[in-house]
Amino acid sequence: MAEEPQNNNAYWAANVRIIQISLVVWALVSFGFGIILRPALKGISVGGADLGFWFAQQGSILVFLVLIFFYAWRMNKLDAEHGVEE
Amino acid sequence: MDQYTLNLLVVGASFALYIGIAIWARAGTTAEFYAAGQGVPPVMNGMATAADWMSAASFISMAGIIALAPAGGYTQSSFLMGWTGGYVLLALLLAPYLRKFGKFTVPEFVGDRFYSKGARLVAVICLIVISVTYVIGQMRGVGVTFARFLEVSTDTGLYIGAAIVFAYAVFGGMKGITYTQVAQYCVLIVAYTIPAIFISLQITGNFLPQLGLLGGYAPTGGDVAFLAKLDAVVTELGFTQYTADTTSMLNMVFFTMSLMIGTAGLPHVIIRFFTVPKVSDARWSAGWALVFIALLYTVAPAVGSMARLNLTTTFWPNAETGLALDGDAISLEEINTNPDLAWINTWQNTGLLGFEDKNGDGLIQYYNESNPEMQAIAAERGWTGNELTTVDNDMMVLANPEIAALPGWVIALVAAGGLAAALSTAAGLLLAISSAVSHDLIKGSINPNISEKGELLAARISMGFAIVLATWLGLNPPGFAAQVVALAFGLAAATIFPVLMMGIFSKRVNKEGAIVGMLVGLFTTAIYIFLYLGWFFIPGTATLENIPANWLFGIAPASFGTVGAILNFASAYAVSAVTKAPPREIQELVESIRVPKGAGAATGH
Repeated sequence: MAEEPQNNNAYWAANVRIIQISLVVWALVSFGFGIILRPALKGISVGGADLGFWFAQQGSILVFLVLIFFYAWRMNKLDAEHGVEE
Repeated sequence: MDQYTLNLLVVGASFALYIGIAIWARAGTTAEFYAAGQGVPPVMNGMATAADWMSAASFISMAGIIALAPAGGYTQSSFLMGWTGGYVLLALLLAPYLRKFGKFTVPEFVGDRFYSKGARLVAVICLIVISVTYVIGQMRGVGVTFARFLEVSTDTGLYIGAAIVFAYAVFGGMKGITYTQVAQYCVLIVAYTIPAIFISLQITGNFLPQLGLLGGYAPTGGDVAFLAKLDAVVTELGFTQYTADTTSMLNMVFFTMSLMIGTAGLPHVIIRFFTVPKVSDARWSAGWALVFIALLYTVAPAVGSMARLNLTTTFWPNAETGLALDGDAISLEEINTNPDLAWINTWQNTGLLGFEDKNGDGLIQYYNESNPEMQAIAAERGWTGNELTTVDNDMMVLANPEIAALPGWVIALVAAGGLAAALSTAAGLLLAISSAVSHDLIKGSINPNISEKGELLAARISMGFAIVLATWLGLNPPGFAAQVVALAFGLAAATIFPVLMMGIFSKRVNKEGAIVGMLVGLFTTAIYIFLYLGWFFIPGTATLENIPANWLFGIAPASFGTVGAILNFASAYAVSAVTKAPPREIQELVESIRVPKGAGAATGH
């Protein structure tokens, strides 16, 4: 049993790392491409508008979807690796 | 069959369905009443969450808010990113851990994690203020939709809506609400996408509205991009370019962030994740919820922009293939005689669309009268002002089927869809309020020894009271519904989200920190909003005029939730640092909610 807290700490650290990476992507596509970097990306056109416009109105939502399913899949794997699944 | 009878039939059938489901899914225990007995599969819970989340505002107003924004459609992208990005935060930061904790309400988590009845009480107050302000808008939405499609007064519509919610929410509890919401989601998404597909085919030749938005403009052969055409048409008439940049990047960032963390902090959304069987299901369920939400949210900007172009070319027929001002504006005679344009008069009767031949030339000129260049053209051509005087945001969705000349049953379906969106959100909010009252106030503080049966009865009675209160507020709304919703999101962002996140991700934040943090978030955000929008929304009591020049660092009242959240985090950490760390058993509680293993059924004890 002495091992368990250590295992849980490693599990939690791994989880926090996955969350951090996911949130960087989350912020990059919405606040980054969609708002702050939009002027810099003006040159890239997507169907009558620019890349920033597309990310703000469609792209970010699609990336959010991928992110949540990636997280659910990755965490299920992590749960099993650390033997903490339900 | 006339349109009125058809509307009545379709709406009546949808209501019969909701009531039928409620009878089938009656709640027999508090676990069923508060959390549907934790037996809802993730996909179904995702669908119910989507219906719970997408309110009258999402269904009826959002496309129009984007399409008709004076500063251009791009500037309102915050709604699209904010109201979906919040689900990433829910899935990663809150839902799985709160499900593992395994209790019924948000204040219960706050009370246990911060070992304090005081903290629980502050959370209850925040929850009730958020949910009550939010429910007002839903009740108004029900009344307005009834009034438009079923020719009753807004007040009568509100009473009918309240009676329907009462019937299925009070008896069914979370179980009844969940399965009703699944049906409501199906109704609303079908109602939203059918007209969207037709309008997309018409304007871009593309079946999928999401691709149509990026496609070519069909009436001129598809060589010109649709968005380029829209930009050209609106700028020719003196309006701001549709894809124009925002003038205040900082405010847009803060507003988007407020909507994101506000979404993640809305109690009626959070409690949906208590209904799934396992922690891993809570993660999947957030993903499914966003799938079902994205179906509407990726269509909305397409519907809005296409409806805007459609409307403009209707009033300037030459704009369809050439330049608007090379031809004449639409004539009154055409409006009154062409059966394809009958919707213009129909919607004028509702007050959502208004036109007036100011210069008496028999034509209706639609342009931006505050643009100096247009004023010069107007003077030259003898126009005396913009003659399309009113275009309500709600028009863009509600009138779409008629503009696209779709059959009557589609129009009836849109009516049922609008009602489904408003009713499903209202029911979710009422459940959040009643569980906070019966579980957190009555069982948690006033009478901890209450029996299971007694608590269930208390839950039903408080739900009944909540419906009466919501109906009364819907009849006598304080200020404008839109401002009230800004308060709900601001407070959810500034109070509930930070306290939950710190409760999970920090073992050091203690009860003093949590209470101070919530109060700081609550008061700073509420005061900032009241300063500009009127104290307690009483018209005429605003201390400062609500214009960008008066805002602190250019941050609008609706964007202040982000600042409130930052102040909440900062004060909670600061106070915790100088007071005693939480006791050992609380630190162990935090350890245990961080791992999925051992999540059983939720208990109320």
